[in-house]
Amino acid sequence: MMVREALNSALDEEMSADPKVLLMGEEVGEYQGAYKISKGLLEKYGPERVLDTPITEAGFTGIGVGAAFYGLKPIVEFMTFNFSMQAIDHIINSAAKTSYMSAGQISVPIVFRGPNGAAAGVGAQHSQCYASWYASCPGLKVLAPYSSEDARGLLKAAIRDPDPVVFLENELLYGESFPVSAEVLDSSFCLPIGKAKIEREGKDVTITAFSKMVGYALKAAEILAKDGISAEIINLRSIRPLDRPAINASVRKTNRLVTVEEGFPQHGVGAEICASIIEDSFGYLDAPVERITGADVPMPYAANLERMALPQVDDIVRAARRACYRSVPMAAAQSY
Amino acid sequence: MMKTVSTITINLLCQALDFPGGKVAYISEMRFISESNDKRIPCYRLLDDNGELIEDSDIDQISKEVAVKMYSEMVTLQMMDTIFYEAQRQGRISFYVTSVGEEATNIASAAALAADDVVLPQYREPGVLLWRGFTLEEFANQCFGNKADYGKGRQMPIHYGSKKLNYFTVSSPIATQLPQAVGAAYSLKMDKKDACVVTYIGDGGTSEGDFHAALNFAAVMEAPVIFICRNNGWAISTHITEQFRSDGIAVKGQAYGIQSIRVDGNDALAVYRTIRAAREIAISEQRPILVEALTYRVGHHSTSDDSTKYRPADEIEYWKMARNPVNRFRKWVERNGWWSEKEESELRSSIRKQLLQAIQVAEKTEKPALGNLFSDVYDLPPSNLREQEKQLRETINRHPQDYPSDVPM
Repeated sequence: MMVREALNSALDEEMSADPKVLLMGEEVGEYQGAYKISKGLLEKYGPERVLDTPITEAGFTGIGVGAAFYGLKPIVEFMTFNFSMQAIDHIINSAAKTSYMSAGQISVPIVFRGPNGAAAGVGAQHSQCYASWYASCPGLKVLAPYSSEDARGLLKAAIRDPDPVVFLENELLYGESFPVSAEVLDSSFCLPIGKAKIEREGKDVTITAFSKMVGYALKAAEILAKDGISAEIINLRSIRPLDRPAINASVRKTNRLVTVEEGFPQHGVGAEICASIIEDSFGYLDAPVERITGADVPMPYAANLERMALPQVDDIVRAARRACYRSVPMAAAQSY
Repeated sequence: MMKTVSTITINLLCQALDFPGGKVAYISEMRFISESNDKRIPCYRLLDDNGELIEDSDIDQISKEVAVKMYSEMVTLQMMDTIFYEAQRQGRISFYVTSVGEEATNIASAAALAADDVVLPQYREPGVLLWRGFTLEEFANQCFGNKADYGKGRQMPIHYGSKKLNYFTVSSPIATQLPQAVGAAYSLKMDKKDACVVTYIGDGGTSEGDFHAALNFAAVMEAPVIFICRNNGWAISTHITEQFRSDGIAVKGQAYGIQSIRVDGNDALAVYRTIRAAREIAISEQRPILVEALTYRVGHHSTSDDSTKYRPADEIEYWKMARNPVNRFRKWVERNGWWSEKEESELRSSIRKQLLQAIQVAEKTEKPALGNLFSDVYDLPPSNLREQEKQLRETINRHPQDYPSDVPM
């Protein structure tokens, strides 16, 4: 099943099950969705529940939040999370903090979804990853699916959750197909929020990743296996809450960690994972944690430059090797 | 070349153009629409500055009960503001925002609504809560952030909220409540409820992008929402001449396809009638309405402001005395034989006692318990917060002398 289909079926089933669920965003209705994720929904549920909005992220996000304040369960689609910055006050100051500030009197059962991170050749203003921005904020839950199973299970969980959820999809994954079991296809299928998945078991090094990078990490694991390095690949699925127990359990087993993400290095998801491992499993580390991230530059457009600005499979392989062969800290190896 | 009037008329009638958006007549004489109309939008008022009815032909009388309640609540609001402001000056609460000068806009608009109408305030509308039954104790508890505060001590003073009274918790960022109100109205519309949403904004707040998005959307979605703009002349130190160049806010309604009206915000009777009518239209026709209430912010923006630094003291004094909405309404109520000096002094003395008592009690009430630091972040407490609370409690038990004694465990 393609990820696109997985998302579409999840939306369809949740809208069918609960009349309070509605979808709103630019081009979600008549156009069938900018990336066709909402195909067929306008026809099936009508314009009351599938709303084509005017162009104002701040406006329609505010409206979605207000609707969630008062009884509805909106799914607000951003054409890309880059545009969510125009609405970020509503997401953080209104959606994330309102339950706390109102002392539980107002709940905000809203989902913000859309493509996140880099696509292909779309430049600086369409390529940023917002996982660490949103995941730093208490009151939000932040999910990042990889496979079709993830897409279905996590989106359904997000829609049913009474808290505000930021759901980070990936444009390049929409067209990818994954095998799905009958259980996944069932309309009651749901994945727990806050639990990572071990995509591939291993014993020599733990590699954490989310979204598109999971695929890259799995490819890296294949290459490493030929070298006799058995990598354990963790698909985070949930950025907030982060499945610290699962990551720690894995690192305590392998003693080495590589974190992988597309986003900018400073204050990223890998930094948080590294800190949490130091806090909980310092004694188990046999090598410093390796961070693989996007380059610390706004995304360039030219294809060759873009490739250099994003993690590639080889980068992950090299990082895993460094983690496995090196027992001397990098700092000691530097010559200043 | 000047065409005669009749030639222009014939041109207009015969030649209409088809464009997305409908038919539009065309004209071959270039004319820019003026940036302002010759006459400003007139202001609806029923009582003159002396509290005398200007014309009683099209007014359905409000009952004595409602009028007396309105007046009493206006006095209560006025006194609450005075005493709570003083409490802040004395260092007993950290912050306060008064609504002095806007008592009529607050109380009369609230009186015109039904209990089911959902209110999304800005922050200068505690009178709406007062009308609906929020007690002086409840106001005081929120300002002191004690354990009886419905907000569990989470917010700065004046950030009141009451689910029971359909008044959404005050949120500091300006104008965010406007598109949220449209969303809530959409929800009401889907429920086909016999109610509307009412949201308030100041003159300054209309500069925010959210104002544009909200009005635009409300019109497109045909949402039953009343936008009440308290045009009180000042946004902290920014006078309205520096805020916008339009004829106030009422003129903007038509730009969005929304019916609008300008009312004398200091005339309790006119405000009451206007909001009653607006509510009727909003609900029966399922459309938004824009109401601009002209008034004056007599007080400072907040206790963090000293407005004498940017406006003349005699301007403030003028509005406080000569254009006082409470006095004005009092004169009308008294003229009807519904109020007297005796009732006035009894009311004021009683309210004053209640206020001082409320503050005293709220001040002494315990602060919220430690668990409230961690609850309500999510629907269910996440494991990291449960862990942190456990660790914190253990640490406090081991080193009680290092922790403040006024935090109940």
